[in-house]
Amino acid sequence: MAKDLNKELIIDGLRMDGRLTDQLRDVKMEIGTVSSASGSAYVSFGHTTAIASVQGPRSLFPKFLQNSQTGILRVRYNMLPFSVSDRKSPGPDRRSTELSKVIRKSLEPAVILDDFPKATIDGFIEMIEADGSTRVTGINALSLALAHAGIPMKDLVAACSVGKINNTLILDLNGLEDNNSESDVAVAMMPNKNLITLLQMDGMLTKEEFMKLLNTAKDACGKIYEMQKMALLEKYKGEEQ
Amino acid sequence: MKTRTIVIPGEYLDEKRGRKLGSGTYEENDKVYSTFLGIARISENELSVVPLSGTYLPKLGDRVIATIDEVEISGWFIEMNSPYSAFLPIAEAVDEFVDLQRTDITRYFDIGDIIFGRISRVTRNKNVQLSMRDFESRKLKGGIVIKVTPSKIPRIIGKEGSMIMMIKEKTKCEIVTGQNGLVWIRGEDKQKAIEAILTIDRESHMTGLTEKIEKMLGE
Repeated sequence: MAKDLNKELIIDGLRMDGRLTDQLRDVKMEIGTVSSASGSAYVSFGHTTAIASVQGPRSLFPKFLQNSQTGILRVRYNMLPFSVSDRKSPGPDRRSTELSKVIRKSLEPAVILDDFPKATIDGFIEMIEADGSTRVTGINALSLALAHAGIPMKDLVAACSVGKINNTLILDLNGLEDNNSESDVAVAMMPNKNLITLLQMDGMLTKEEFMKLLNTAKDACGKIYEMQKMALLEKYKGEEQ
Repeated sequence: MKTRTIVIPGEYLDEKRGRKLGSGTYEENDKVYSTFLGIARISENELSVVPLSGTYLPKLGDRVIATIDEVEISGWFIEMNSPYSAFLPIAEAVDEFVDLQRTDITRYFDIGDIIFGRISRVTRNKNVQLSMRDFESRKLKGGIVIKVTPSKIPRIIGKEGSMIMMIKEKTKCEIVTGQNGLVWIRGEDKQKAIEAILTIDRESHMTGLTEKIEKMLGE
């Protein structure tokens, strides 16, 4: 784990990577990175990089997993061994199993699964590099991949993280800040509907701090949503006449 | 142009104002939103979105190209480029009387055969039945089958079949299109026809596509 050289992680209102407290990292989004998939996307927030791909809807086996009323969504979140500075031992572990579930739960409200009884939609998230806020980056990427795969959705899902460090409220934590934070909150939402689909908090916050952070996160999700929209339109730019 | 706007899932299209909701849309408080990444079609009596990608979902009346997957006692299971397989009962496939006690029905269709049929029944749980009881349905012998995006089949066919007629004429190929995103081609100039169809699939939303294909085939 990266030990901080400075005791303070915010000096003169600036963070260790030179950002303001309410500034996102550089965001890159690209659609269609995996050609064999039904849909795919690449999303990076600073150094945190995720590739998501979607297969399906496709028939679901073994048969006992099928639901004759509705389709199901399956999500696998995985970190590559070289995604962190120490080697991450490959394969599923307790953390990635939990995150897979959390990400699935945050996308399920948006995906219209009733159209695919007995079938499954499989989403895969690979973290190429992990530098804080991986779950929200994964959600952003998978949401784009689902849209690219032509899966019917009520809205895109945009996500971001907020937190508190050195008694200051900040947006979009990187790895260093994540490890040293007093509190961090992950938020995913459907921006058009103004509905929150994921809200997780670690550490301690007062009610006022929490409400303030939530509003910051909502604004940031709106911005991320616009970037997602741009990325999707960019992919088909040549086709719009 | 209002009819060629690309929309994303959840994007607001228009107020409903008593119009019909086509595919790819949903309504909330009399406001209509898109469910797909696709091309919005907003007209005076209908709102719909044609997706730019996606899997084929069986719909009643669709004509599909499919492969025989499994032979049963009194029919066949069919694979049709979709999450759902279909069943073709022998009564819907063969005109003559078949004594099932004595006949091996692989004499009609065997595993791997490619057929062109019509979807005659779809239940809510997506149990699909296929029928070949009309004059267009048949076994497709020889030729090759290529895959395209199912939602782009109408573009390959063109207005009143103009595009497909042109390809057929210029390449002298037999071409059959299935709504499920499969196209069967047989003939000498197959390569040109495939090239043309894949170009349409890739650039289906460009204007002036017909001219481009015409030029491509003219060479």
